[in-house]
Amino acid sequence: MAERKFTKEHEWIQKSDQIIIVGITEFAQDQLGDIVSIELPQVGSSFKQNDVMTIIDSVKASSDIYCPVDGEIIETNENLLEHPELINKSPYKEGWIVKIKPNNPEQIDSLLSKEQYDELVGQGKE
Amino acid sequence: MRSPFFKNHLESKAKIIDFHGWEMPLQYSGIIDEHKNVRENVGLFDVSHMGRFKIKGKESESQIQRLITNDISKIGDKQAIYSPMCNENGGIIDDVIVNRIYSNEFVIVVNSSNIKKDLDWITENVKSCEIQNVTDDYALLALQGPKAEKVLKDVGVEQIENLKSFHLLETKLDGVDCIISRTGYTGEDGFELFFDSKQVQIWEKLLETGTKYGIKPIGLGARDTLRLEAGLMLYGNDIDENISPLEAPLKWTVKFETEFIGKAALEQKKVEKKMRGFEITETKRVARKDNKIYDEEKEIGIVTSGNFSPTLGKPIGYCFVPVEYPLRGKIKINIGDKLYDGRLASTRFYKR
Repeated sequence: MAERKFTKEHEWIQKSDQIIIVGITEFAQDQLGDIVSIELPQVGSSFKQNDVMTIIDSVKASSDIYCPVDGEIIETNENLLEHPELINKSPYKEGWIVKIKPNNPEQIDSLLSKEQYDELVGQGKE
Repeated sequence: MRSPFFKNHLESKAKIIDFHGWEMPLQYSGIIDEHKNVRENVGLFDVSHMGRFKIKGKESESQIQRLITNDISKIGDKQAIYSPMCNENGGIIDDVIVNRIYSNEFVIVVNSSNIKKDLDWITENVKSCEIQNVTDDYALLALQGPKAEKVLKDVGVEQIENLKSFHLLETKLDGVDCIISRTGYTGEDGFELFFDSKQVQIWEKLLETGTKYGIKPIGLGARDTLRLEAGLMLYGNDIDENISPLEAPLKWTVKFETEFIGKAALEQKKVEKKMRGFEITETKRVARKDNKIYDEEKEIGIVTSGNFSPTLGKPIGYCFVPVEYPLRGKIKINIGDKLYDGRLASTRFYKR
């Protein structure tokens, strides 16, 4: 699998064949605190890059999750409806949120690299 | 501003937030974990940001009575009383706890967001008394939860088991002069501890002694979810100067047989809206302050506080709706662009 990409809004993107898997980063889940619910977008719905795709509620706040690229939702992680805390426990694996079929795969290349993202959130320096 | 325990919070890896100008701990281990620990064991809160004013003098009782809607003559020495403090229109300037240390000496505990406003109001309205802002002189910790009494006993506080709710004890805490009140903001049994702000070692001492009871430090995040379950008001969210105690669920604190500022307005004004609790039944999405309440298509009210209840495992909150809407009546709550089913409830979601 290709290396993960990131957005300024704290989503991660993992390319796998013709689709991408999207979740929120370790930094984001830590900032949100205990996640208590998530709304999942409809499978088959289409979003533009930076459209609000879903909302996560934590005990601290409600946060919009943005679509990282133009594309169509082809699968959502239904497990999260019963167990939203998976996003806290395992943001990069069991806590994945949606799978998207991108319309313009070249948009992925312009997202942040791990180094750029770590610099953005001030981590990875130690 | 920083509390005397700021360093302790950093050592405990707290997430620090700005709370009305104070750098305070939002959370340590996590809000839900901390919340449950207070319900099941015991938690230690730093609430040194809360304002404290000492009022002294022969006239202090009658002067303080003018400030508060509750009846101060009901408390003797070493007792405390909760009350709104109203303006001439019956709007709530602040909700406070008045502690009677001696017959003519009181300490009023106020919300940190209101320290300046309250001090101005009190100075303007309290005559021939000595008024002193002692916020920075005293530390204030809260020890809350079913095992709080055991912790204080183990630290060596004598007679703590005989201290009644809303009573005070002047004592030594690990050799330090301390006033302990059996009060809190969590819906649990618990205590609030007033002592010299230089005695910062008390924080560690309580955590150390409480280890065998599962004590944890608790941040402002869990303080908010705990008080929300327990039906306790948050000034600035639920109540403010445009809300009267009769609209808020604070009718029990208004004693018309006493004389206080705002009494005439409260006697005359018809109560048209009332604060209720609500729970959301259709989703686990959380409503927040200023979300709207609907009766089918019609907007009828507004959310003042909302969050996920860790004890009940569902979203709850408080809202204002017209008085005629019955408890347990069905409503809809607007979150984002959707309306979700819910129902009105008592604001006291949790009783121990």
